[in-house]
Amino acid sequence: MRYLPLTSDDRAAMLAAVGAASIDDLFVDVPAAARLDGAIAGLPDHASELAVERHMAALARRNMAAGDGPFFLGAGAYRHHVPASVDHLIQRGEFLTAYTPYQPEIAQGTLQMLFEFQSQVARLFGTDVANASMYDGSTACWEAIVMARRITRRGKALLSTGLHPHYRSVARTMAKYTGDVLVDGDPALEPGTDWAALAAAIDKEVSCVVVQYPDILGRIDDMSVLATACQAAGALLIAVVTEPVALGLIKAPGEMGADIVVGEGQAIGVGLQFGGPYLGLFGCKAKYVRQMPGRLCGETVDANGKRGFVLTLSTREQHIRREKATSNICTNSGLCALAFSIHMTLLGEAGLRGLAGINHGRARAAAAALAKVPGVSLMNESFFNEFTLRLPVAARPIIHELAEKGVLGGVSLGRLYPDNDALANGLVVAVTETVTEEDIAAFAAALKEVLA
Amino acid sequence: MNAGGADDSTTFTGNRALMLEEPLIFEIGGSETTGVDFDEVAPAADLVGPLARSAPIGLPGLSESETVRHYTRLSRQNYAIDLGLFPLGSCTMKHNPRLNEKVARMPGFADVHPLQPQETAQGAYAVIHELAKWLVTLTGMHSVAMSPKAGAHGELCGILCIKAALEARGEDRRVILVPESAHGTNPATAAFAGFSVEDIPATGEGRVDLAALKARLGPDVAGVMITNPNTCGLFERDMKAISDAVHAAGGYVYCDGANFNAIVGRVRPGDLGVDAMHINLHKTFSTPHGGGGPGSGPVVLSEALAPFAPLPFVTQDAGGFHLIEEENAGEDHPQTFGRMTAFHGQMGMFTRALAYILSHGADGLKQVAEDAVLNANYILRSLDDVLDAPFAASGPCMHEALFSDRGLAEGFSTLDVAKGLIDEGYHPMTVFFPLVVHGAMLIEPTETESKAVLDQFIGALRSIALRAKNGDPALKSAPHFAPRARLDETLAARRPVLAWSEPEVAPGTPSLSEIGGS
Repeated sequence: MRYLPLTSDDRAAMLAAVGAASIDDLFVDVPAAARLDGAIAGLPDHASELAVERHMAALARRNMAAGDGPFFLGAGAYRHHVPASVDHLIQRGEFLTAYTPYQPEIAQGTLQMLFEFQSQVARLFGTDVANASMYDGSTACWEAIVMARRITRRGKALLSTGLHPHYRSVARTMAKYTGDVLVDGDPALEPGTDWAALAAAIDKEVSCVVVQYPDILGRIDDMSVLATACQAAGALLIAVVTEPVALGLIKAPGEMGADIVVGEGQAIGVGLQFGGPYLGLFGCKAKYVRQMPGRLCGETVDANGKRGFVLTLSTREQHIRREKATSNICTNSGLCALAFSIHMTLLGEAGLRGLAGINHGRARAAAAALAKVPGVSLMNESFFNEFTLRLPVAARPIIHELAEKGVLGGVSLGRLYPDNDALANGLVVAVTETVTEEDIAAFAAALKEVLA
Repeated sequence: MNAGGADDSTTFTGNRALMLEEPLIFEIGGSETTGVDFDEVAPAADLVGPLARSAPIGLPGLSESETVRHYTRLSRQNYAIDLGLFPLGSCTMKHNPRLNEKVARMPGFADVHPLQPQETAQGAYAVIHELAKWLVTLTGMHSVAMSPKAGAHGELCGILCIKAALEARGEDRRVILVPESAHGTNPATAAFAGFSVEDIPATGEGRVDLAALKARLGPDVAGVMITNPNTCGLFERDMKAISDAVHAAGGYVYCDGANFNAIVGRVRPGDLGVDAMHINLHKTFSTPHGGGGPGSGPVVLSEALAPFAPLPFVTQDAGGFHLIEEENAGEDHPQTFGRMTAFHGQMGMFTRALAYILSHGADGLKQVAEDAVLNANYILRSLDDVLDAPFAASGPCMHEALFSDRGLAEGFSTLDVAKGLIDEGYHPMTVFFPLVVHGAMLIEPTETESKAVLDQFIGALRSIALRAKNGDPALKSAPHFAPRARLDETLAARRPVLAWSEPEVAPGTPSLSEIGGS
């Protein structure tokens, strides 16, 4: 039991010091009926480091890792190269094993990092402020809808059909309990977005309009017109960014008038991790900051006049306001925020633009190559690093046949929208800098074979 | 100002030997500097048209060497469990085994996409399934929802299960009862899910007032949220009676499982009548908290609530593991309340927690609870002569020892004791919580501390307690030896500066363009 430092002599001495005859004396308040005196059924006794590693490695080997072959999955989680120094730095014990920075005098490392992170996210999104992170993009999206309700005192949210279906599902779940009305639908397998229709549908009951950028089919569009329509009707425009690398190449939502911008930060620094932990990004206009959920780090001075950082505006939070808090969120994703911030610092302005350019270039090359496969056509007129192919047959079984050939070939719309037959032939393909020309050629060849 | 005087001396750089000041990346980075080299690719005209970014983003970049130095310097401004005892009550900061880090980084776990074909991720589903099995076994519950992302998200999951169960019964109960000593997330969660919240008082012994609770039960009460062991450090002796009374009145029992490490392997919450309880994997099963997260909050459920658990979840049949999602929930799981996060939960935490459970095993996990409780009682009984321990007569404490500020000199508070501990090389305990105790100090040593560490900590806290009782003025301005002195939190809230901006240029200073910059 290598993690438990007390020796049996220590235990005996400590029991004597507290005046207990045995350890059971310290559990006297537990009713006999609830005491677990026997062994834990089925769980073996403690195991060596080597034995545990062997067991876990065997489980890991049963998965096909993204690096094992050509890989083209996106739809809300993206595979990018993470520089070695990112993981090295987040594993420093002073970051890895620190607690929430409630004692700022000895948590300036975490706090300064969070301040830098907030500043980076705000600039990337084009918002005035950003918080110190949320659980993930989908929960941040719901929190933004609730925040719009608090600000506008209206309870009807219009969700773009291009919003990730899982994000929509999370919002639907929560709305059932809070009484919010959600208006949504499935996307059409066509080039344009539904944003003009959304603008036309805004009425005096609408709290917010939620659009994804780039959207679930990889489309990008100008949200300025929508922002103007929202503003005229007293509603808020919420933009959802699931691929933040895109913002190295395309305009920030805040720049086009979005009031709240949320996103999934996983693409920068965090890695795929089979879905979590991820990193919810959350930015907004300065005038809404007191309605914002989650932690905020702010600049201040110490008793000697030196600049320092603290968690601030905590009167919005659950530990002060209890049932009147803006949200029940308590944990943030501090370590994932650190990974994002380090990766973003390594990239810098020039690096992010370069990375975005490579992603777009690779994706264009892949789209051209895949659209040449007989029967396959490219739906998008414009895209960043993700696009939708229309196959001559349902895409879902094709994915499994491609996997048998060692190619992880994208996310089928049949999986994302199982009840919508009109979308069944759609295949969402993501291409990042990790994809090589050989990977693209292998994917095109495999797709051709499978469709033949 | 400083105790010795010599510490007031200044240096040219502002640094002090190994304690280095570090500017913000915005002050040292450049718009053209980068720490990443990319493969060469043929340039392509972009397809984004008028949406192409035209204005600079304003992101500073550093070279790799500068980046490593910046973050390494920042890391040195942090206290962490790797540096010493982190005696936070109810937050369980304990040793983070590095094997767990190694395991979580195996490419077969870290480099797997949540939507890749299920036949290519059987090992990942197996991890979720195996961890779920042990969580159910250890808690004596019926099933577990794995997807909640943190403790408070788990609370929300449990409360939504309760709401869905009531709806299935056709009942509209709107009140959740929450004891005064509960974590602030409990009432916030109930309110977030649309319930109204009513407090239940604590007894003078620091436990839930059973009579008051029973008196409030009725057809409008959906359930109670109870923390056990509670935030006064005590086991709720009446837990079974509470559960029975709530069930008899048609409600459900939610247990905040943040303190499960104190009873794991010794008590099964299922035997106490609990309907839902979240388990903070990052605490009980030791996954790193990383300066505030990530967390992970699987929720164990009773048979009554299990049908309402959220999507997605993993099942096993002859063909292997597969996922129950929106499309196939209708057959086996028609009463699910829905999805609460995009993907399957905190996989990176699941691998770490499973490695931790297997490392300890059945014998080790029981020892975890015993050592956690022994260490806390050792602290309680070693300090109750110098610090007021309001519930010392209520019986042994469980995982944490609670003290109050009674008996400190006039003008001295719990905060002064906490800041004094910083100078002694310790992270302070939880302060001013729970709210039921004036000037509360809540100390949780956990099971991964040695007797030698506890003895030194006890000595340090004893010394500070005596200084606070004697009114030592130096304590009022502590910490003196930390990277920063006491920070002005009022200023931060009154005039919020939440993002870096270019400093305003003093009048008369030539602008960058005037001196030839861009």
